[in-house]
Amino acid sequence: MRVESYNTLAEAARAMGPDAVFMAGGTLVMRDVNAGTSAGRVVRSADPALTEIRATGDGFSLGSGVTMARVLAHRDLAFLAPVARAVGGPQVRNMATIGGNIFAHHPYGDFAVALLALGARVVLAGQGGAKPLDDLLRERGRSGGTSPIVASIEVPRPRDPRAFGFVKVSRIKPKGVSVMSIAVNLPRDGGRMRGARVAFGAMGPAPLRASAVERVLEGQSLDAATIARAAQLASDGLDPPTDALASAWYRREVAGTHLRRLLEKMERG
Amino acid sequence: MAKKPVTFMLNGSERAAFAEEGLNLLEFLRRAVGDLSPKYGCGQGTCGACTVIIDGETHLSCLTMAEAVQGRKVETASGLANGKVHPLQEAFMEHFAAQCGYCTPGMLMSAKVLLDHNPSPSRAEVIEAISGNLCRCTGYEPIIDAILATANTRRLA
Ligand SMILES: Cc1cc2nc3c(=O)[nH]c(=O)nc-3n(C[C@H](O)[C@H](O)[C@H](O)COP(=O)(O)OP(=O)(O)OC[C@H]3O[C@@H](n4cnc5c(N)ncnc54)[C@H](O)[C@@H]3O)c2cc1C
Ligand code: FES
Ligand code: FES
Repeated sequence: MRVESYNTLAEAARAMGPDAVFMAGGTLVMRDVNAGTSAGRVVRSADPALTEIRATGDGFSLGSGVTMARVLAHRDLAFLAPVARAVGGPQVRNMATIGGNIFAHHPYGDFAVALLALGARVVLAGQGGAKPLDDLLRERGRSGGTSPIVASIEVPRPRDPRAFGFVKVSRIKPKGVSVMSIAVNLPRDGGRMRGARVAFGAMGPAPLRASAVERVLEGQSLDAATIARAAQLASDGLDPPTDALASAWYRREVAGTHLRRLLEKMERG
Repeated sequence: MAKKPVTFMLNGSERAAFAEEGLNLLEFLRRAVGDLSPKYGCGQGTCGACTVIIDGETHLSCLTMAEAVQGRKVETASGLANGKVHPLQEAFMEHFAAQCGYCTPGMLMSAKVLLDHNPSPSRAEVIEAISGNLCRCTGYEPIIDAILATANTRRLA
């Protein structure tokens, strides 16, 4: 195994190849390195752009190397604090990056679930423009070839902080891994939901949108009848795995209940 | 395997040693530098026995690449006692917060960073601060008591 460190992200991106893995906080990559099962080359970069947090017109541009602890310490990112706090224990939060969370395998990726619901876009190193996180998550792990490096993530600020809700369901408090996590973003226009986005984590090979739920919510007001219909369709189109924490059956059974509780809490405001 | 020189501050003194490519900080500290205070529990980030402080923040040394501490400040439990034992160590003894002691160096690191940032933590904040450190002996209560007692004593002092 070889470790390569590059001053700029552009150089790191050029160094990537089918035999290389990019390492950010390393909380997952180092497990493989320790076990001797990592890729032949580990690519790192100390580019200061990786840890930049910038306010943009309608939200924030977050360097992919921003850690959960940095998110928690940033006042303007308070809407993301409950999400960052849900990841691991204090030491993990000091190391774990938001970029790494997008590529974290099951049952991890709680932060990516929130980014997906918020409609985040990702900027890839060495490529112009941003693309929807939806696309990156869909392609993730599918291509056998060179994996791209995420340079930064553009996160729109929810217009009303109460429009964004997040819950992580776990068995061990305060730092168990996810049975599932749910993030919802319900912008409202005259009391009606417009552009509702609902995302689930640990309910498929990567964080997934619950399109059936989104269709039920769209154009409605958040009332008991709408919430009941949304809860019924919660696991529609999801593909939950069975693991040591819960079976696929159990995850399907309880998804509606957890979604209902989250929506009810948001309805109460 | 290639070796890389790593120069860093360990508990206030400059240290330099060679790290094999990909070696984690825990193994580096224990084998190359000779500081045996961080413990190996799992090598996977789950137990917290290897917790060290890097530039004022707790990190898991088993998941940190040794070369990543080049030029940085590392603190371990072996640097706590300075002529006499640290107030946290004193409190851990008084409250029987160590049984086998394997989790203790990591617990002390998490407790130190907590008290450095928050001199009067609530019980809930203490629990949160040590939530990344497993203890299989004490049931946690004596550890929580010891940390709260240290904060109290410091406030009175
Ligand atoms: C004890 C413990 C508890 C944990 N608890 C949680 C939890 O509760 N919730 C949770 O979601 N996760 C959890 N994790 C998993 C992990 O810490 C997080 O998902 C973290 O955000 C991963 O980020 P990293 O920077 O450490 O990733 P790394 O280990 O550096 O990388 C992880 C993966 O992402 C890829 N990658 C990293 N950065 C980029 C980038 N910029 N562009 C492209 N690819 C990239 C890497 O190539 C690798 O495949 C836990 C891990 C441990 C060890
Ligand atoms: S040895 Fe590092 S967390 Fe267990
Ligand atoms: S004292 Fe034995 S593990 Fe904590």
